[in-house]
Amino acid sequence: MKKPKALVIRAAGTNCNNETALAFELAGAVAEQAHISELIKGTKKLEDCHMLAIPGGFSYGDDLGSGKIFANQLSINLGDQLREFIESGKLVIGICNGFQVIIKMGLLPALNGLYAQDATLTNNDSGKFEDRWVWMKTENSSLFTKGIGKIYLPVNHGEGKFVASKETLQQLKKDKLIKLTYTDEKGRETTHYPENPNGSVMGIAAVTNKEGNVFGIMPHPEKFVTRYTHPRWKRENLPEEGDGLRIFGNMVEYAEEKLK
Amino acid sequence: MWIEVKSKESARDVRKEGLQRAIKEDLGLKAEVLETSDIYAIDGSYSTKEAETIGKAMSDSIVQDFGINKQLYTKGAWIIIVRYKPQITDPSGQSVLKMVEDLGLAANNATIIQKYAVRNATKEQVEMICKGLLANENTQQFGYGFETINANSLLTRASEKENEEAAQTVKISKAPDRELQRISKDGMLSLSIDEMKAVQAYFRKLRREPTDVELETIAQTWSEHCKHKTFNSEIEIEITDSTGKRTEKIRNLFKETIVAATSEIAKRKEWKDNLISVFKDNAGIIRFDDDNCIAFKVETHNHPSALDPYGGAGTGLGGVIRDVLGAGLGAKPIFNTDVFCFANPGYKEKLPPSILHPKRIFKGVVAGVRDYGNRMGIPTINGSITFHDSYLTPLVYCGTAGIIPKWAAQKEAKTGDLIVVLGGKTGKDGLHGATFSSTELKEGTATSVVQIGNAIEEKKMLDAILDARDKKLYTAITDCGAGGFSSAVGEMGEELGAEVELTNAPLKQKGMKPWEIWLSESQERMILAVPEKSLQKLKEICEREGTSIAAIGKFTSSKKLILKNKGQIVAQLDMGFLHDGFPRQKRKAVYRENAKKPTGRSSSQNYAEILKKILGMPSIASKEWVIRQYDHEVQANTLLKPLTGARNDGPSDASVVRPIFGSKKGVAVSNGINPRYGMISSYWMAASAIDEALRNIVATGGSASRTAILDNFCWANTEGPEKLGTLVMAAKACKDIATAYGTPFISGKDSLHNETVIGNKRLPIPDTLLISAITVIDNIENTITMDLKKEGSSIYLIGETKDELGGSHYNEASGKPLEEGNVPRVDAEKGKKTFAAVEEAMNRKTVLACHDLSEGGLAVAMAEMCFAGGIGAEIELGGSAITDTAALFSESQTRFLAEAESGKEGEFEATMKKNGCAFGRIGKSKGRTLAISSSGKKIIEQDIDELKEAWQRPLRW
Repeated sequence: MKKPKALVIRAAGTNCNNETALAFELAGAVAEQAHISELIKGTKKLEDCHMLAIPGGFSYGDDLGSGKIFANQLSINLGDQLREFIESGKLVIGICNGFQVIIKMGLLPALNGLYAQDATLTNNDSGKFEDRWVWMKTENSSLFTKGIGKIYLPVNHGEGKFVASKETLQQLKKDKLIKLTYTDEKGRETTHYPENPNGSVMGIAAVTNKEGNVFGIMPHPEKFVTRYTHPRWKRENLPEEGDGLRIFGNMVEYAEEKLK
Repeated sequence: MWIEVKSKESARDVRKEGLQRAIKEDLGLKAEVLETSDIYAIDGSYSTKEAETIGKAMSDSIVQDFGINKQLYTKGAWIIIVRYKPQITDPSGQSVLKMVEDLGLAANNATIIQKYAVRNATKEQVEMICKGLLANENTQQFGYGFETINANSLLTRASEKENEEAAQTVKISKAPDRELQRISKDGMLSLSIDEMKAVQAYFRKLRREPTDVELETIAQTWSEHCKHKTFNSEIEIEITDSTGKRTEKIRNLFKETIVAATSEIAKRKEWKDNLISVFKDNAGIIRFDDDNCIAFKVETHNHPSALDPYGGAGTGLGGVIRDVLGAGLGAKPIFNTDVFCFANPGYKEKLPPSILHPKRIFKGVVAGVRDYGNRMGIPTINGSITFHDSYLTPLVYCGTAGIIPKWAAQKEAKTGDLIVVLGGKTGKDGLHGATFSSTELKEGTATSVVQIGNAIEEKKMLDAILDARDKKLYTAITDCGAGGFSSAVGEMGEELGAEVELTNAPLKQKGMKPWEIWLSESQERMILAVPEKSLQKLKEICEREGTSIAAIGKFTSSKKLILKNKGQIVAQLDMGFLHDGFPRQKRKAVYRENAKKPTGRSSSQNYAEILKKILGMPSIASKEWVIRQYDHEVQANTLLKPLTGARNDGPSDASVVRPIFGSKKGVAVSNGINPRYGMISSYWMAASAIDEALRNIVATGGSASRTAILDNFCWANTEGPEKLGTLVMAAKACKDIATAYGTPFISGKDSLHNETVIGNKRLPIPDTLLISAITVIDNIENTITMDLKKEGSSIYLIGETKDELGGSHYNEASGKPLEEGNVPRVDAEKGKKTFAAVEEAMNRKTVLACHDLSEGGLAVAMAEMCFAGGIGAEIELGGSAITDTAALFSESQTRFLAEAESGKEGEFEATMKKNGCAFGRIGKSKGRTLAISSSGKKIIEQDIDELKEAWQRPLRW
């Protein structure tokens, strides 16, 4: 059987592209990387793949706000292609900076259609970049988080606080678009620092669009695909595979079943 | 046009909160911050609709509002604006231009300006806020006004002289000594009179006068920074120590100490095929596995960090990353390590006007390293910070390691290869860095040497180079660091010859003089030797990555350096003279140990209080506030992180990465630095720095005899015989101890002018040697962390404890003179046995946790193991020959604490005995209290959470 294909898009300052591509490969996909300039030029194409990832990093240095320049570039140059990709039901994942990019260009939650921004990710309440591992729990079912109850992943960001208007938040809740929320060790939703590392309202760590095929997540699933990167692998008995791999596995499984 | 972007009223403004906190805590003022905003000043003209489009793109509609060309006005408040000086290249300004261009519009220039509105402050207080918190006048300018400020003043930028600049001739052939000295001083050449005379003689022979380009090239090539003249000088030293007085002669300090150790060790079986490249390249290279090698380099960036902590530290890290990218044919960076020395953040004395407050330097340096390292996508996994009030001039060490395929570990430029510059453009920024770092800091030092790094520019360059390397598109590469093109092309073409057309370099601004283009230290540039047939492919890669590239010349076979400006020759120098023509120095040095005999000791002491005090001393206290601002997870290969334990917050000894996914092999990195011992003896300071770096490696599961090390000497002015004497002795210790332990030096650096001169007053730093250690771990499963794992385990003290409190943290905490008592000495013969014993015990899997004993001795190490593991311990010191104070706090070298699994004590002890190493079972893990007794009498009994709080509180900002 032919493996589904994932495309990892990078721009100047993207820096989690290699581990994101690796996670897809480990999950059973063929992963290819493309610089945005290659997509603009047309030497590489979106339509060839089933899954699209915008990985973490500091695209264009986060100047003008995280993800802004990359988001602008994507909407101006690849707006129609991306619309087609999403409307055809293919999968998009934005991780950390990638989440910042897709939320700012309005690919999700897209309550009022594509390319209308209705939420954002802004400065952590702590006022600084944070590198720490956090607990999350699944809030609503989604193809990306299938089989995940609670999950432990690292955050590495300075602008990860999810913010939206009251109406938008209510809508997100109503439509069950909030997929992962920060919790304490015992699994209780929290806005308390540092368990909630950035001050996200309602502890929001990951959301999808209404159709459920575009997923944005602040913590890094690609950083935990093997037990060796867990901060306490020298203390605890852990399975070989890291929890983060599950998310990529879910995408690949879905792509194999539905996108062939 | 200017666009002002600010937080909506409903959104939280963390920058405002941060400034408010700093105004209160750092300045003690009551001023209230009303709002902050960013102003994007864009040089271009736009229709209202276009301006709206730009405004929308520049702001985040969910949390921000924007205004276009609005008057800056806030009722009843001061308006403050801060921006980079026009001559400083501000990377975020470049991003604004990029955004405008992406929108299909044009702009000539753009700057970002920060705006603040502050009330309840006098004019003087506003000035204090500007100078003390918001603007660094070395790189930034500020303005303020009550209620309003004229926004037009924001749009001014560096005036660009359009006219072409030519090279000038400098008349030196007939100049008397005084005139030669004046030329050197006025031109910031930092050449001594002997060196100026050598230059004079060279040009007399050529029967012509030099151009300014030639003089600048010689000054840069001959600078202390580039030629390490002190380390390469002939020295006669008079030594007085415990064994009496003697005189020794050294023909070349570097060759007879550092190099000699490595040459000797290279013959041994552990290293025979494993030292791939030492001393000759931008970084040292050792073998990793059959196909790959590891490159490692640590650099200093002290002077720039003193003037602008943020820019200086960022460009310091950027520079060492380029060293690794320029090692062999280019290594892919896999981690960073950063070590700093600052004065105490709570420093209360009045500071000289040109010196920034230590806390501000601390915060700025951390932010600089954070922003550069994180943006580069290189995990910062190791480091340390030493605080002592004599570091008013800070030390900033930045290190990077990279992985490189074995085939790419060597390089050789060929005659006919094009000289290609890749990366950022060349500007007037960073002139005279090489010669500037070879002199002390003075008031009013030119700020042209300070730059703001652009990590994204470097990331683009890195992505392009690694792809080009694998496609084998070039034959050699080196970075443009101090000395810019001059240093890079000069070194690469030393054996060949080079011809360069200066005007072919992509420039940031017009009106640059030929020597400025040649010497510019603009960041984020590399020089490559590219066969003509590969240039087109290389250009395509650069176009994809969005980085600039230009061929500026050719490597020849003339053994001459020829520089042209629009076709006209402006410099023509023999490579032989340029690299070897400087007069060798002959120096005299003296050395005397500075030990003070112990005075009487007070008999009973509250050891628990002293322990908590030591745990809270900034050098020992938790650096979590710093560490968590660094991304140590990016690349997803960090196995042992800088923080470890039950709650991920204990202090790791060494960190470990696995550069190749799926491999069992890892790379461990650690460091050792003990300037307090150096105040007594530079010899034993150096010895213990090596010992400490190795202890950290061994405690983590590495092998000392397979560890490679880097030396980084930071000294104050070594022109006097005393300072030269301490330098010589430290270098001798490096040789003695490294040879005994079998740990080769693979690269290093010296920075010998670390003092600030204010009027007649000199503020020297203490002699400081940083040893950075790196080793390959064969099986990552065998690594060990320092946190206690289980209750009921046995705790062992490994190594000999002596009464060595000289230079200790105990002395400092208990108010004794630091120099009092014996300085810790290293007995490498015994130490080797200790290392071997610990390594074997770990391989036999009898050890659950292991921690090295360093600052604060046994008590601090035990406390750290307890609170990191969330488990207490019951310890009995036993009736030893030394006092309880020494047993608890002596900083004797080559010691470890190990947690041995219950039931495996017999095997553990047999391993210790077999290796002939001193050890003792001193207690067991239990409960949540650390209890230490001496001959049955409890002398410390503390809840581990209280100890942890004492350790975490001081730097939890």
